[in-house]
Amino acid sequence: MYDSGQEPVRDNENRLSRRRVLGSGALLGAATAVGTTVGVGSGHGDPAGPEVLGAGGVDITLRVNGRDRALRVEPRVTLLDALRERLDLTGTKKGCDQGACGACTVLVDGERVNACLTLAIMVRDKEITTIEGLARGDRLSPVQEAFLDRDAFQCGYCTPGQIVSATALIAEGHTRSAEEIREWMSGNICRCAAYPNIVAAIEDVAR
Amino acid sequence: MSRPTKAPDKAPDRITTPITGGVGESPLRPDGTLKVKGEFAYSSDLWMDDMLWGATLRSPHPYARIVSIDLSGAWQTPGVHTVMTYDDVPGEKLFGLEHTDQPVMAHEVVRYQGEAVAIVAADHPETARRAVDKIVVEYEVLEPLTDAEEAVFATDAPTLHPGGNLVRHLPIRRGDQHATADVVVRGEYEVGMQDQAFLGPESGLAVPAEDGGVDLYIATQWLHVDQKQVAKCLGLPNDKVRLMLAGVGGAFGAREDLSMQVHASMLALRTGRPVKIVYSREESFFGHVHRHPAKLYYEHGATREGRLVYVKARMFLDGGAYASSTGAVVANAATLGVGPYEAPNVTIDCWGAYTNNPPCGAMRGFGAVQAAFAYESQMDRLAAELGLDPVEVRVRNAMAEGTTMPTGQVVDSAAPVAEMLRRVEAMPLPPAAPTDSYDLRELPGGVSNTTHGEGVVRGIGYGIGIKNVCFSEGFDDFSTARVRLEVIAGEPTAMVHTAAAEVGQGLVTVQAQIARTELGVERVTIHPADTQVGSGGSTSASRQTYMTGGAVKAACEKVRGLLLDIARERLHVEGQLHLDGGKIVSDRHGVLADLAEVLGDEVIDETVEWRHRPTEALDPTTGQGFAHVQYAFAVHRAVVDVDVDLGLVRVVALDCVQDVGKAINPDAVVGQIHGGSAQGLGLAVMEEIQVRDGKIRNPSFTDYLIPTILDMPPMKVDVLELADPHAPYGLRGVGEPPTISSTPAIVAAIRAATGLAIPRCPVRPEDITGTA
Amino acid sequence: MEFHKPRTWPEALAIKAEHPDATPIAGGTDVMVELNFDVHRPDVLIDLTEIAELREWFTVDGRYRVGSGVPYARIIDELGATLPGLAMASRTVGSPQIRNRGTVGGNLGAASPAGDAHPPLLAAGAEIEVASVRGTRLIPADEFYTGVKRNAMEPDELIAAFHISPADGPQQFAKIGTRNAMVIAVCSFGLALHPSTRTVGTGVGSAAPTPRRAADAEAFIAGELDWDSPLPLRDSVKRRFGELVAQSASPIDDVRGTAGYRQHALSVMARRTLGWAWDEYRRNR
Repeated sequence: MYDSGQEPVRDNENRLSRRRVLGSGALLGAATAVGTTVGVGSGHGDPAGPEVLGAGGVDITLRVNGRDRALRVEPRVTLLDALRERLDLTGTKKGCDQGACGACTVLVDGERVNACLTLAIMVRDKEITTIEGLARGDRLSPVQEAFLDRDAFQCGYCTPGQIVSATALIAEGHTRSAEEIREWMSGNICRCAAYPNIVAAIEDVAR
Repeated sequence: MSRPTKAPDKAPDRITTPITGGVGESPLRPDGTLKVKGEFAYSSDLWMDDMLWGATLRSPHPYARIVSIDLSGAWQTPGVHTVMTYDDVPGEKLFGLEHTDQPVMAHEVVRYQGEAVAIVAADHPETARRAVDKIVVEYEVLEPLTDAEEAVFATDAPTLHPGGNLVRHLPIRRGDQHATADVVVRGEYEVGMQDQAFLGPESGLAVPAEDGGVDLYIATQWLHVDQKQVAKCLGLPNDKVRLMLAGVGGAFGAREDLSMQVHASMLALRTGRPVKIVYSREESFFGHVHRHPAKLYYEHGATREGRLVYVKARMFLDGGAYASSTGAVVANAATLGVGPYEAPNVTIDCWGAYTNNPPCGAMRGFGAVQAAFAYESQMDRLAAELGLDPVEVRVRNAMAEGTTMPTGQVVDSAAPVAEMLRRVEAMPLPPAAPTDSYDLRELPGGVSNTTHGEGVVRGIGYGIGIKNVCFSEGFDDFSTARVRLEVIAGEPTAMVHTAAAEVGQGLVTVQAQIARTELGVERVTIHPADTQVGSGGSTSASRQTYMTGGAVKAACEKVRGLLLDIARERLHVEGQLHLDGGKIVSDRHGVLADLAEVLGDEVIDETVEWRHRPTEALDPTTGQGFAHVQYAFAVHRAVVDVDVDLGLVRVVALDCVQDVGKAINPDAVVGQIHGGSAQGLGLAVMEEIQVRDGKIRNPSFTDYLIPTILDMPPMKVDVLELADPHAPYGLRGVGEPPTISSTPAIVAAIRAATGLAIPRCPVRPEDITGTA
Repeated sequence: MEFHKPRTWPEALAIKAEHPDATPIAGGTDVMVELNFDVHRPDVLIDLTEIAELREWFTVDGRYRVGSGVPYARIIDELGATLPGLAMASRTVGSPQIRNRGTVGGNLGAASPAGDAHPPLLAAGAEIEVASVRGTRLIPADEFYTGVKRNAMEPDELIAAFHISPADGPQQFAKIGTRNAMVIAVCSFGLALHPSTRTVGTGVGSAAPTPRRAADAEAFIAGELDWDSPLPLRDSVKRRFGELVAQSASPIDDVRGTAGYRQHALSVMARRTLGWAWDEYRRNR
């Protein structure tokens, strides 16, 4: 699930990304990829027809945390891998790769989704928010502050997903009771089981 | 000691965020801001621009002879840099925590499904995985040995290791071996295989160093035991294998054994490139040890008044293919097999066996969990037999300070078992479920809408557990702390450096709290944990606050002594001095000077190796000996609603009383109790690695279920602080006891609701509805 | 792998006609698991998320036409009152994150017997609208599922929508999981009372190679219910209904539960949901 292109990756500031392009060109059937490739590099297809993006890697722009980030991905790269391995946004975590733990929760156009179940190429025109996009410099977001104050984590591995999920939950208005908070946080597993403190943190912000 | 050649992006850094409190307070975690911002770097987040990715070929069979291995397909894959097998292991071919019995990669035979057979390094993780798929191994499949009892006793069982199938047998013999009693209850119990299921799968980065050694950035529980094993397997001296603790995404025992450490290091040394290995969730289920499944046969004899006369038990722990820490788990199950009760006559035998099941080793509770499920089930049976209340029968037999354990060890600090039981019993109960309305979320089955109250019966159950804290049986258990005091930018600053693994329990907070308290300074920084300082011992056995806390305290005391010597000399004073709020204070004259002024440009840098009091080995034929450092206790009362028609359970309340001696950080103590209780809840009602014919059937988070926030009930937690005079600050280990007692409490509550015997956990709907 | 992003439905159908092996993807919650675990390595993916009509629902002659790309979260919010059975099932799907993306179309495409949407579609007598360049056809839900993870679609077809009548009576859905959230069904049951036709619809999930109706149970209960002067149901009737539902299933023992438990649980869920639905019908008359 990594792209196999040959070009160095540049972000929108046109400096070399920390994330080296991976691969040898022999991956994922790339060597045998077929199909006319239309609109590759533009990030948008020919408006007159369907867009087809080939296996050799596609230049796309993702709008992450308010910034446009250009990268080249193979179509099967997940948003999670694109964030972690390509854009150096490692705050979003991989826990299960099948939407069963919530550690990779990010916001896409304000909605929480599992980044592991989302193709990067499918969210090109969306506003993506990750854990790194919640604080304003040193000023934590209210949910981050509450998680810290309430000790709503231990190892912290699930915490970015919990905080992003809680941020959406509060915006959705699902905070009328502890039970409601629990129902709407049930997609985020915490193995350290800081659950009572997570509920308390969310109640603090909702209050 | 040479420094790492080059460091990866996001290499562990010094924690400089100030904390506010001392011992007994609950300051914010100094690493907490990084964690809530997503900036705390876990081992899987590390990166080096020229790094390669490793992948592992694993056996599909639980037991097979390796006829041939054809690596050519992997070698021919473009992007592959190297492919290695057993033959390429440069040093010792075997490793292991207690027994060196596990090959770095399989040799001639595979003994469990998932055993590593070959490793590949490639320039891309996907390439590495594809190359692994191209390795052709011809196996001669053998019939797996999958029953621990058979492994020990069946004469026709295959012999899995040169020394036989027995890892350890520990008998405990105390008192009259032929005692009889008026009331006898017997039971056979089973505990399923639980997984630690930490959220951050195994990962690490090995960087070849200029001196021919390797720098390994790794999420582990014990840097130095990893170092020792890795160095041996690489054929290198210890000082050429330098380990740095990377961020740990949960541990719970599963990171005590090696996983990818040797593999990544071998690949890095062979290719001359940094190598990163990250397990997937599925691979993680095969990549670490699990909690031993157990079969336990118990017989309790008691007087008509409900006093125990004897306890007899035979326990079988399935260690799986390799020993890991099975020997120590056996010791815990056996020595704690009576539970926190007085029994004059004890006959216990515990066997840990090799089988072809997945290897089992450390998990939170470590042997005490399995025993507690059985002995607490027995106490309930005894109560029922005598018509006594379950709390009453426990109180009548409760151990206390001064009790002689089945090992002959006299308990020499607080053991407030009876008081804890009475306290949990006295806690207010949750309100009864309303009969005129319902909220699905408050019913068994939740929003899945399986009941609107029909079939729902409430039950209440109790469970109490006992756990040894720190390493036992004469093990030379120590921790090392280095404390450096200097004035930085006009402010006295203490730096604490240990190799002890912070895994989420809050050790870095506690280290800073202790330094602040002992040195009277405001500013404390925490050096990253690494092998450049002496061993901190394992983050397990509920021991780090005790051991590394004790070591930091001792190092601070040494630094303080030297500082006060300087103060006496420079200030020309004599007599008692102490440190408070950055000032040198005299008992007679009050504040004498600023610490910063007195210290000036001097640096005090002291390292202390600190030990708990010694313990003894157990007599191998009688199990007698002063084997345990400290005992810790937790008690739970569980309230459950069971849909008896569908066999679905909702835990309504799970209240806990625990004695922690001294709460160094009260918030962290409560967090540990929440976490431990939830893992016990998981074992009670949902968590089991299902193994059939040696194969794991559910290596995923869709089928290995761990509690969600909707499964975790509200908890009332009552923390007692009865100081242990032998321990630093009087503290008692915290992390494990609640895991031990919550499982039997919940199962007891299910029994109370259903009237069923339920001899096995986790309890499945099939067990309640008779449809297994 | 080739990635196509059609802007219009005809474009999507043309691509599917050209690449019959192509995998359509909308929410991704099913397809992506298969990709991530390498179960499935499609050469061509068709991203259907740009096609606006798949994300719409509207009524045609009193029936609802719900685009295959409407996520579960919107079904709960927007269609909860008219399609209560499907909304109840949707509430049990995965997690809030999954419900924001996952779609009924995905459930239908995967045709897993454990899909949560199937029982309410069966109970309500929904029809699946599938289309190809050759034309459009409606497949009744109970003819749609043809085998384990197989459905009645031709290789060149895509799922456009499902058609479903608004509830004309009480509907229920119940699902067994061994955890209170984020759980794949051990087995599930959907029930719909249809006072307008004096029939009862059923759907059994995760207890046979395909989701299926319990036809004998439907026939039995239709003969027992007095729709005009509804009395409380006798326990024996509810139990018989439950038994017939259980008999309609042909479950297996697997990692999530035993066959025996599934049959038992179906009988309990069937009798309970029937009781709840009938009580509601009586109250609302």
